[in-house]
Amino acid sequence: MNKKKQIKELLLNNAVIILMIASAVIVGILRPKFLSATNLRNLIANTSVRFIIALGISGVLIMRNNDLSAGRQVGFAACITATLLQTADYAQKVFPDLPQLPIWLVLLFLMAGFSIIGIVNGLVVSVLHVPAFIATLGTQTIVYGICLVFTGSQPIGGLRSDYTAVASGSLFDIVFIPYLGIIALLLGIFMWFLYNKTVYGKYMYAIGGNGNAAEVSGINTVAMTVKSYMLASALFALAGFLLGGKAGGTSASLGSGYELQAIAGCTIGGVSVNGGIGTVGGILAGVMVFELLKITMQFMGVTTAYTYIVQGIVIVIAIALDIRKYVAKK
Amino acid sequence: MSDNLLEMKNISKSFPGVKALEDVSLALKKGSVHALMGENGAGKSTLMKCLFGIYSIDSGSIILNDKEIKILNPFDAISKGIAMVHQELQPIPDRSIAENIYCGRYPTKRIMGIKVVDHKKMNDDTKKLLDSLNMGFEPTAKLSTLTTSQMQLVEIAKAVSTDAKIVIMDEPTSSLTSREVDKLFEIIENLKVKGCGIIYISHKIEEILRISDEVTIMRDGQHIGTWPANELSDEKIITRMVGRELINLYPPKINTPGEVVLKVRNFTSIHDNSFKDVSFDLRKGEILGVAGLVGARRTELMECIFGLRGKLTGSVNYLGKELTIKKPEDAIKSGIALLTEDRRGTGIFGVLSVSDNVAVASLHDYLKYKIMLDDKAIQNLVSENVEKLSIKTPSNKTHLENLSGGNQQKVIISRWLAKDPDILIMDEPTRGIDVGAKYEIYTIIAALAREGKSIIMVSSEMGELIGMADRIMVMCEGSLTGFLSGEDMEQEKIMELATRFIKAS
Repeated sequence: MNKKKQIKELLLNNAVIILMIASAVIVGILRPKFLSATNLRNLIANTSVRFIIALGISGVLIMRNNDLSAGRQVGFAACITATLLQTADYAQKVFPDLPQLPIWLVLLFLMAGFSIIGIVNGLVVSVLHVPAFIATLGTQTIVYGICLVFTGSQPIGGLRSDYTAVASGSLFDIVFIPYLGIIALLLGIFMWFLYNKTVYGKYMYAIGGNGNAAEVSGINTVAMTVKSYMLASALFALAGFLLGGKAGGTSASLGSGYELQAIAGCTIGGVSVNGGIGTVGGILAGVMVFELLKITMQFMGVTTAYTYIVQGIVIVIAIALDIRKYVAKK
Repeated sequence: MSDNLLEMKNISKSFPGVKALEDVSLALKKGSVHALMGENGAGKSTLMKCLFGIYSIDSGSIILNDKEIKILNPFDAISKGIAMVHQELQPIPDRSIAENIYCGRYPTKRIMGIKVVDHKKMNDDTKKLLDSLNMGFEPTAKLSTLTTSQMQLVEIAKAVSTDAKIVIMDEPTSSLTSREVDKLFEIIENLKVKGCGIIYISHKIEEILRISDEVTIMRDGQHIGTWPANELSDEKIITRMVGRELINLYPPKINTPGEVVLKVRNFTSIHDNSFKDVSFDLRKGEILGVAGLVGARRTELMECIFGLRGKLTGSVNYLGKELTIKKPEDAIKSGIALLTEDRRGTGIFGVLSVSDNVAVASLHDYLKYKIMLDDKAIQNLVSENVEKLSIKTPSNKTHLENLSGGNQQKVIISRWLAKDPDILIMDEPTRGIDVGAKYEIYTIIAALAREGKSIIMVSSEMGELIGMADRIMVMCEGSLTGFLSGEDMEQEKIMELATRFIKAS
């Protein structure tokens, strides 16, 4: 291979990252405000929540499954959190007699509770052998329905300030180090460890690579599938918790379509839809590209309608470029 | 004009980390059969995939009818008169035989100016084609109603139907019965008479010597030489393929069977026409061969013992203790491992590294602080195995799909060696593996038995069982028909037991 070709390969193989940096630089030059601390904070906060959802779904994707119920689970989690953490004197309080609950207890309860949704998803997929796409489409619809019943189709406001502070506050009050970013970073490190340094991670890649061979190798594929959905749902709960606080109020419609953005982010970041392939770093890059794209277009004054068109094009191009790495060279 | 139909000159081809072909040349004469031989990973299939346009070549030239050509893709190859019978069948099971044969080039007619598929012509042509090849299939029958060997015949018919001048056959007989092989050779003779050239890849030396005019031998991606077939013999071919002389086909028996460790009793499948009421014992340090024809249900029985399939009745007693095996996990925990028959389907993790493939079953033995994998220890384990089993791989990080079949098999064997089971069931451990690697695998098996491991070896190659096993258990149509040991282990006696219930037909 000659030098020119090598450089071309290098550029194409890292196209996603290059695209990301290039768009940031260009917009940074055209609109200097783009590089302001507030905007940076915005970007980090948005990316963080999306990253958590994408991490949740990534384990499921790597194991060759799917979870279309992600977005609705996020929305439901946000609604439950909001009802449990309303200010005592708020007029339309959903549970008027509720005592002042500790925030961490609510989060813990939420993540544990949502794991049950994950267990159901996992069992339907692995024991009843319903294709993941359909099984979780069912869950998506059910969760949304339950959420509508739960909220009475009304938006929920009057959130406690100590709760919203988690999502809107910053470490040492430095604007561009939001708590959200720190939570996402810690979670990213945890997931990296889980995927690369534990038996769980190795089994996950093995099942995605060849489920039958994994079973023959003594891996309990049913238990692993259930665990992957449990972990996913727990993370969706965390994301919903943070998102509700970030928005300052919620309704049942929150989170709609987030699963598709998360899947797109994962795939742009190199998670293979054929299973067995995907890295935490890649997922972060994939999600970031997506958020950066949205924010740069906002800055350039592109209207939302056009933003969608560009997003769609970018998804396809990014994946076409990225997939070159994994398609066997002929 | 030369009498060479096709010339491939100085072909080179590399894959990431692997030099697959290096300066390989091949000339195919009109009306002749040119055999291509070599161990797995020698580059035979790669060379043919270059000719058929599946891979592009890095350098070299392809000359067809004295003209240099470029082959862009399989479609291009077919239009230039090249057809290929693939090693792995590529059928569309739910479509008819005719549609499978004419897939991609359906005959058409016009109805009111609109082009539509002419089903009648397609079915008639297929009927004619199949009749001319002496194959009595119905063109409209779904392909899925055929057996594997019949599908392979259809695949051959498809290649013939393109009126190709050059027909590449990559292991065409791998699933054919001996009668069907005769039929194939008849077809090949007819093609020769018509002036076609056939490139024939096979591991079966006997077939090669019977059918081919010239033999080209490859090793490690290089062209070793081309000889007229009548100048060659078994030994000459093997020596040139392996690159050294193989004195013995099997290693000497060094194991001594001890006391009975495993008692399998009354195994009956949940399925009607599968194995029924099979009981046998296995001794410490014993190699128990399991013989039978296709359909004897040996694989099903072994997979059931290992917990992959359901059973109606049956118990496994290991060292006086009854085992409850409901899934492979249970079997492995009890010290039983299974090397499956279907390497691709249930053995390898193609997209994972050699390391991950070796370590996957024994990860729990390599933990630090109870949860963290000890990467260093795992790498040591992998390197140790790669060395011990002489696995040929560019690195431990190479994806397993990039290794040859024999090396993949060795990786899976090392997966089980790492787990250190007491009982190792090996189902067709040398299927699709070349002579050199076979001998290495036999050596590993013999060494394991000497260490006191008990081995069940299922094989369709009787020679291999006779050469390796201490005892042979024979099955026919799901039932155990007898045991042979010592002097009694000979082909005729095995065949007699293996066909006990099918003599009438």
